[in-house]
Amino acid sequence: MPLIRRKKASENDNDQASISSDDNSKKKKSVSTKKVKTGEKSNKWSCVDSCCWFVGCICTVWWSLLFLYNAMPASFPQYVTEAITGPLPDPPGVKLLKEGLRAKHPVVFVPGIVTAGLELWEGHQCAEGLFRKRLWGGTFGEVYKRPLCWMEHMSLDNETGLDPPGIRVRPVSGLVAADYFAPGYFVWAVLIANLARIGYEEKSMYMASYDWRISFQNTEVRDQTLSRIKSNIELMVATNGGNKAVIIPHSMGVLYFLHFMKWVEAPAPMGGGGGPEWCAKHIKAVMNIGGPFLGVPKAVSGLFSAEAKDIAVARSIAPGVLDKDLFGLQTLQHAMKMTRTWDSTMSMIPKGGDTIWGGLDWSPEEGYVPSQRKQRNSDNSCSNQNGTESMNCQSKAVKYGRIISFGKDVAEAHSSEISKIDFRGAVKGNNVANTTCRDVWTEYHDMGIAGIKAVAEYKAYTAGDIVDLLHFVGPKMMARGSAHFSYGIAEDLDDPKYRHYKYWSNPLETKLPNAPDMEIFSMYGVGIPTERAYVYRLSPSAECYIPFQIDTSANGGDEDSCLKDGVFSVDGDETVPVLSAGFMCAKGWRGKTRFNPSGIQTYVREYDHAPPSNLLLEGRGTQSGAHVDIMGNFALIEDIIRVAAGATGENLGGDQVYTDIFKWSEKINLPL
Amino acid sequence: MLRRRKGSEPKPPPISPPHRDGSDDDEEKKREKEAARREKRAKNWTCVDSCCWFVGCICSIWWFLLFMYNAMPASFPQYVTEAITGPLPDPPGVKLLKEGLTANHPVVFVPGIVTGGLELWEGHQCADGLFRKRLWGGTFGEVYKRPLCWVEHMSLDNETGLDPSGVRIRPVSGLVAADYFAPGYFVWAVLIANLARIGYEEKNMYMAAYDWRISFQNTEVRDQTLSRIKSNIELMVATSGGRKVVVIPHSMGVLYFLHFMKWVEAPAPMGGGGGSDWCAKHIKAVMNIGGPFLGVPKIVSGLFSAEAKDIAVARAIAPGVLDMDVFGFQTLQHVMRMTRTWDSTMSMIPKGGDTIWGGLDWSPEEGYECIAKKMKNNEIVEQNGKGSLDNTKHVHYGRIISFGKDVADAKSSDIERMDFRGAVRGNNLVNTTNCDVWTEYHDMGMESIKAVADYKAYTAGSLLDLLYFVAPKMMKRGSAHFSLPNAPDMEIFSMYGVGIPTERAYVYKLSSASECYIPFQIDTSADGGNDCNCLKGGVFNVDGDETVPILSAGFMAAKGWRGKTRFNPSGIGTYIREYNHAPPATLLEGRGTQSGAHVDIMGNFALIEDIIRVAAGATGVDLGGDQVYSDIFKWSERINLQL
Repeated sequence: MPLIRRKKASENDNDQASISSDDNSKKKKSVSTKKVKTGEKSNKWSCVDSCCWFVGCICTVWWSLLFLYNAMPASFPQYVTEAITGPLPDPPGVKLLKEGLRAKHPVVFVPGIVTAGLELWEGHQCAEGLFRKRLWGGTFGEVYKRPLCWMEHMSLDNETGLDPPGIRVRPVSGLVAADYFAPGYFVWAVLIANLARIGYEEKSMYMASYDWRISFQNTEVRDQTLSRIKSNIELMVATNGGNKAVIIPHSMGVLYFLHFMKWVEAPAPMGGGGGPEWCAKHIKAVMNIGGPFLGVPKAVSGLFSAEAKDIAVARSIAPGVLDKDLFGLQTLQHAMKMTRTWDSTMSMIPKGGDTIWGGLDWSPEEGYVPSQRKQRNSDNSCSNQNGTESMNCQSKAVKYGRIISFGKDVAEAHSSEISKIDFRGAVKGNNVANTTCRDVWTEYHDMGIAGIKAVAEYKAYTAGDIVDLLHFVGPKMMARGSAHFSYGIAEDLDDPKYRHYKYWSNPLETKLPNAPDMEIFSMYGVGIPTERAYVYRLSPSAECYIPFQIDTSANGGDEDSCLKDGVFSVDGDETVPVLSAGFMCAKGWRGKTRFNPSGIQTYVREYDHAPPSNLLLEGRGTQSGAHVDIMGNFALIEDIIRVAAGATGENLGGDQVYTDIFKWSEKINLPL
Repeated sequence: MLRRRKGSEPKPPPISPPHRDGSDDDEEKKREKEAARREKRAKNWTCVDSCCWFVGCICSIWWFLLFMYNAMPASFPQYVTEAITGPLPDPPGVKLLKEGLTANHPVVFVPGIVTGGLELWEGHQCADGLFRKRLWGGTFGEVYKRPLCWVEHMSLDNETGLDPSGVRIRPVSGLVAADYFAPGYFVWAVLIANLARIGYEEKNMYMAAYDWRISFQNTEVRDQTLSRIKSNIELMVATSGGRKVVVIPHSMGVLYFLHFMKWVEAPAPMGGGGGSDWCAKHIKAVMNIGGPFLGVPKIVSGLFSAEAKDIAVARAIAPGVLDMDVFGFQTLQHVMRMTRTWDSTMSMIPKGGDTIWGGLDWSPEEGYECIAKKMKNNEIVEQNGKGSLDNTKHVHYGRIISFGKDVADAKSSDIERMDFRGAVRGNNLVNTTNCDVWTEYHDMGMESIKAVADYKAYTAGSLLDLLYFVAPKMMKRGSAHFSLPNAPDMEIFSMYGVGIPTERAYVYKLSSASECYIPFQIDTSADGGNDCNCLKGGVFNVDGDETVPILSAGFMAAKGWRGKTRFNPSGIGTYIREYNHAPPATLLEGRGTQSGAHVDIMGNFALIEDIIRVAAGATGVDLGGDQVYSDIFKWSERINLQL
């Protein structure tokens, strides 16, 4: 407003000048000319100064708002929210405190991949001034300021999978390691706050943070993280009057803790030497949240073509950075080079091969009809009780078993129609790509056109083939990976070879510890489309770029198809398909099986996803089922608090299931 | 701004000419009015908007500078500094890395009072939104925003010395607990950074953070802190191939760690049940920094009249808040009530009574010349190592509290004292409804306040009685006794700064308006004048590190534990390392690399170098044994303690 007024004033001056010059003598003319001059002058300064003035206005308004904001009572936003949406439910901690629940069992959090912070302890010249600052987590300011330096420090050595020389990046310790991933983006914070309500504090909560980039056994070799966790659990059990610990792993933390349970009971040089009773003595329950027990298909696309949608969080913070060629820096290749050095990603390659994930012509989820409202059911109409519309895809007997297919037609064709040429023996050929063109090195450059073609001609890959495929395209990476992880199914669990640590994080190749009183929960969100299989194509400019791409043009046709942008989806929590999160607790470990010799009780708890009704006020929602947002799900928090305060799985009500996980599990023909 | 005025001033002239000529009256008037309005408008605009413009300018410049600052290479400040002062010495970590030292023994830090952060885990309504935020340490934003709420939460229960109901304040854990006290004010950060240079990281450094407000044993009862320290030390020894730890306590942490060493070897219900050789098995060396082994006189004044200068840091951050009655809140009383609930402060009351600290007529430091260079010798001849002169009158350091300067100076036979111990405490004369702040003084009444003042001079021995008298509730809670564990291979270092005047004794007076206020005050008018400049502002000073007098920091390692004594039955080697204070040469150096002050010494390069050498495997002998600048050995001689 004032700006406008300002202009008027000067215009009027000019008008007046003209009038007066018409009416009056030369004297006045001279006056008027003077005036015009001054007007010019004022115009001159108004150009720069109105800018200043404008900035000043904005600043002042900003400050006064800031002041008001700070002066505002802390409970004000809540009032507003309640006025609009009606009274909020009490947070679970408050509710259960009123019911008389009190802190009882110590609690251990095991964060997943990506969500925990990493800080710099020693770096190269370019990372000066970042000592003990977070490189991962927090504001990620350095990613933007010095991206190449950041990449260099976050990468590991391609041969050993450990620190490159001269660089030490270490996990942050304490609850701060993973309470918030970025400012305002909670991970464990809501759960911690609710536990604190019933009396928990730092002495009875422990964040088992570990370096999520390196392989599980290497965390012990380099940082003694497993010993640290063991010692802390022992300490907490001892100082809490012998109450056993409740472990809450999330995402990859689930696999890490499986590894820990085997490690701690294994004899000393390789294991923790805790004796065969350690878990029985120290653990009351393991409450896995969104655990990728059998791996996630996302990890495949991540490793295969760096389209790492797994990193749901990274995607949400920096979609532009990953997808574009920012400043010609070939971001995607750099990202790929970096993530390929992270051994831990290989812990999430789908395990169990065709037996679990399905072959060329079948898959456990086959005939999955997510939305009841669509009446075009085919053969078997599954009952999806949730009734949400969140998933629109239709059941043309999608062949989920083919995790990677080259071309949409291949994905849909019958297996007999596909002519496959085995890639395994293919000569890799010389490096045709002119490597000097870019300084980015990815293993694809060693492969040559012949190898790339061979890969494409195999056409369809099932879970069993995937491991071979990755060995073919990333031999160095997989050489490291297969030293630390294994993806098979054990024929005979008593085979002495299964004492090696590389089997410890695969539930299909290990036995659960001998701890009949322990309970295992599998808690995960459902109701969100989750990546399950991909349609790939060769990328056109194969010279300097990654030669394979998800074929985003492959769509299911009408809107209710499972195929979207080259990705086949099933039910899950946006990252982990139901099959992976639920199978072990629904079937593999249910009752006394060979994987669960002591008959540990298992429970499946599903949480149906409901998006926040009001985006602004509720933030990420209190009923979310998404992979990370589920950590703020009130129902899940309530279950955890009840167990921490002493309840058993039976007290919670046993299983809580919305999907067909039991039916799907039936289809899997795994000897138990 | 100037340019702007020029712009608006020339406007009036064009308006006036038509008026003067005035051919058409109505038109003229209309025009006049409009012009006037315009003028008004223009002026209005000038007034508010020039403000805006000004703010805008400043903002833009600020942003521009900020941008420049962020775009500046990180090493730029160093270049500037080097250009001015010449090349800086390598930090000790870099220097020793070049010598080939690498991480060897795991390191445990034990922070002192005040420097460790505290965070809120459960609070009352008024502390809404502060969950897991720091109440102590960090920015102290809440002290200013909601002072009463803050005091309420920081206080402990006056009866139990534990949490008041509904409030849970817990120590921050991890290295962040005490690396920086406030943003930019380092405590352990420099040491940590230098250790990291030779290969230390979080797995072999452990910050033994504890709640420094509560008594040592209560940290175990409430938080199991001692068990936690024990378990972590055991873990670190186990995971680093059996190498024993080097423990580095600072300030009150020294006493805390002494307590720990006794606790860990004591049998299970009360102690840690580690067995009698736990320390021998797990500890290589204890490197005490500025340890108040025998207490600090400062704490007496702190407890007696809340003039807690001990809290050197608190003073530095908020001098105004403590000294003034901000908003009529009676800040000092509130602070006193709060600090009196902190049991740990009592761990630092001078120990050993008259034997250590001196009686009415003698003190170990007697004849110490303050800041010297005065040429008026008295009877006693002092052979200072430095070969310089002594001063003046014989300061009676033994009298830790004297009422009136004359009392402080007089011979003991001249002082008429009336014992306060039997005095009736009288009724509370004070109209308590006047002042809502409750301190124990209000229960005392006028009678007894006078009785306290009539005793005239208090030595370390009678001080305890005094504190029992003025604050019976508080004093019911604490007391402790220490002697060293059986660990002949262990080494104990006593490292402290010297060369800064340190409070040793006080001249008090009754405060004039004794109604609502604390009835005793340091008599800041008592100055030594020329002949005794040990007395400044009512405080007698001796050499020390600004908080702990040398006697307290050095005596045990210089004499009490030297060789095999009854306090040190296994003959643990002890070393004294003094660091002479040199103020930073320029402001660019911040808090200096050669400081000897109580907290700033943590950035002293010589001290850091010593620590790193020991952590990398050196022994006290390798360091060069004792390094002494003061007369600690001579003073220790004078103390007649049976060993």
